Amino acid sequence: MVSPVGAFAAPVITDAAGLGVLVAALGVDGRRVIGPVCRDGAVVYEPVTKLSDLPLGVIDEQDAGVYRLKKTGDSRYFAHAVGPQSWKRYLFPPRQSLWSARRRGKGFEIVKDTPAPAPEYVFLGVRACELAAINIHDRVFDNGDFADPGYLARRGRALIVAVNCTRAGGSCFCASMNCGPRAEQGYDLALTEIVGDGGLRILIETGSERGAAIMAGFEAPLADKSDLAAARDAVRIAEEGMGRKMSQGARKALGKSLDDPRWDEIAMRCLSCANCTLVCPTCFCTSTKDLTSLDGKTAERQRVWDSCFTLDFSYIHGGSIRRGTAARYRQWITHKLVHWHEQFGMSGCTGCGRCITWCPVGIDITQEARVITESFVKGG
Amino acid sequence: MSPLPALNDPMLPRPFRIERAWRELSDTFSLYLVPQKGAKGFAYRPGQFNMLYQFGVGEVPISISGDAAEPLKLVHTIRAVGTVTDAMAGLKRGDVIGLRGPFGTPWPVEKMAGQDVVIITGGIGLAPLRPAIYHLLANREKYGKIIILYGARTPNDILYRRELEKWRGRFDISVEVSVDRAGHDWAGNVGVVPNLISRAVFDPLHTTALICGPEIMMHYSVKALNTAGIRDKRIFVSMERNMKCATGFCGHCQYGPHFVCKDGPVFRFDKIRKIFSVREI
Ligand SMILES: Cc1cc2nc3c(=O)[nH]c(=O)nc-3n(C[C@H](O)[C@H](O)[C@H](O)COP(=O)(O)OP(=O)(O)OC[C@H]3O[C@@H](n4cnc5c(N)ncnc54)[C@H](O)[C@@H]3O)c2cc1C
Ligand code: SF4
Ligand code: SF4
Ligand code: FES
Repeated sequence: MVSPVGAFAAPVITDAAGLGVLVAALGVDGRRVIGPVCRDGAVVYEPVTKLSDLPLGVIDEQDAGVYRLKKTGDSRYFAHAVGPQSWKRYLFPPRQSLWSARRRGKGFEIVKDTPAPAPEYVFLGVRACELAAINIHDRVFDNGDFADPGYLARRGRALIVAVNCTRAGGSCFCASMNCGPRAEQGYDLALTEIVGDGGLRILIETGSERGAAIMAGFEAPLADKSDLAAARDAVRIAEEGMGRKMSQGARKALGKSLDDPRWDEIAMRCLSCANCTLVCPTCFCTSTKDLTSLDGKTAERQRVWDSCFTLDFSYIHGGSIRRGTAARYRQWITHKLVHWHEQFGMSGCTGCGRCITWCPVGIDITQEARVITESFVKGG
Repeated sequence: MSPLPALNDPMLPRPFRIERAWRELSDTFSLYLVPQKGAKGFAYRPGQFNMLYQFGVGEVPISISGDAAEPLKLVHTIRAVGTVTDAMAGLKRGDVIGLRGPFGTPWPVEKMAGQDVVIITGGIGLAPLRPAIYHLLANREKYGKIIILYGARTPNDILYRRELEKWRGRFDISVEVSVDRAGHDWAGNVGVVPNLISRAVFDPLHTTALICGPEIMMHYSVKALNTAGIRDKRIFVSMERNMKCATGFCGHCQYGPHFVCKDGPVFRFDKIRKIFSVREI
């Protein structure tokens, strides 16, 4: 059996007070800790400075088109599943300035504003599906031909404190995408909450030199075998409690169903609102905006999040390519589950369930994939 | 913390000066660009494109239409159809535009040595093919027959008309032009370009076809070529999709599994046959 002990430091076990010490330690040396906080009825990722910022005892009811927070007596700080935001907001901000230009005589010069050094973020509470999504973006923004220096700078500095899920949300299906619920790699530290008779205990595993450096000043007993077993059991509960599942064979079936009449049926329900692409942690599409000052002397080019659900997205002179909602929904789901494999050698969906929860009409990617897969298997 | 290695930002345009701007057709013009003082030019291959930026207005993909053997004579031919291209139509000698590139896959001009070559194109589609034609002519002895089939809306819309006539006058190359509609003073072909294919004479087992034009025209051209015995593996088409980055980041140009900006715009037809006929993909 492979021991879960990392090569960098042995796992330790602590309690809520210890977690508070860790949160404080993460925020020193100019690092900015971002973690889950409750705001306007949702768990969002915002600056965190102390333990009490975290959503103690908060759980989320999630289903297709449904999201509701509930305050419970639960002693866990990470009992909620993922909310509407993802870390892409920080690594790949919704609006970025690419450069500006200044008129000079008949011409102009391009000024790349020396970017302020990327903040050294600490992402606290990164779930396994989110680690998978970050791993996907690492590939997207360094595609072999071109690399996005801004993304790579932010990413290179970010410190990742993963949290292994011990409760699954109603829309989750990471297990069937092989993306969770346990964070296997790619983190600096990983936490697992264990609820027992003695209250909350937290297992801290170290996955990198940087993680080990933070743990160097942290005093806590080494975890013993029973602690490790208890942590594994806690994660297994999440795995078994997944609300949903992706059909095996969906990739092949969808790839061969581009002309399926069901796309038209889905289009009758889909509002083409783009919510699913905005909440999706792997969607990376952007558009550019060109701005000019009132005197026409300076111009700026910005890169902003875009969505394949808009009509403009596929516009070329003469008219948009994907005129109908059917074609746009097909683009979205086949990109995620089929074409992403060919483009990047991996799935574009991690099973986080956000697109299901935040769809105003409750369209469910696992359900649509299942219907098409089953009809494909049946031969029509 | 050690500084991160400086990366070249592929989204950053370089300023180029307009050395000459001239009208080709009522709605089409060409720009000859030179790098700003102190900057360097670049080599490119026939079929590649640049992203041209008009100050404060926007950026559009435009193929290079000059001779790749003389990369410093960087020419683009542009049809004014909307916001950015209309603004570019007003550019004059001495004005400056931004340029990123070159991007995309080229026409396989080296790989088709020894073959007959059929070039099928319509309208502005001749611009991205002109560098390939220059290459074929400069290396004439390396190729078999060279056949150019070109379609325009009317006789007044024939792009590079003088050059087409010059090529037509050569004995070692055949040029057929067809127009959609014409008055009595037009003695040439009337009808769509794919119709010219069945009359062209080439060795189907040793012919490569290059096509650039509207998708519907490319669709019928491939059909006619297949009927004439040319297999998909010897047919190359240049695809067009919305493009915002040309570097594989913005997602706009996706075409099934392909990014047209970097896996294309030139595709070997067998690689896209399955999706080519799928509507709205
Ligand atoms: C690889 C490639 C090579 C091209 N080569 C040439 C060429 O050599 N000469 C030429 O005249 N035209 C060429 N085009 C088409 C040219 O890019 C469009 O005509 C141009 O983008 C229209 O922009 P606009 O702002 O003037 O028009 P609008 O209709 O106002 O378009 C608004 C925006 O939509 C997008 N867009 C519109 N049409 C297209 C299009 N056809 N392709 C991609 N994006 C589009 C652009 O972002 C554009 O700024 C090429 C297109 C591609 C993809
Ligand atoms: S497609 Fe849906 S479930 Fe998959 S990663 Fe995106 S938001 Fe999550
Ligand atoms: S699903 Fe749509 S918005 Fe998301 S990455 Fe793919 S093309 Fe872009
Ligand atoms: S143009 Fe942006 S991905 Fe191809």
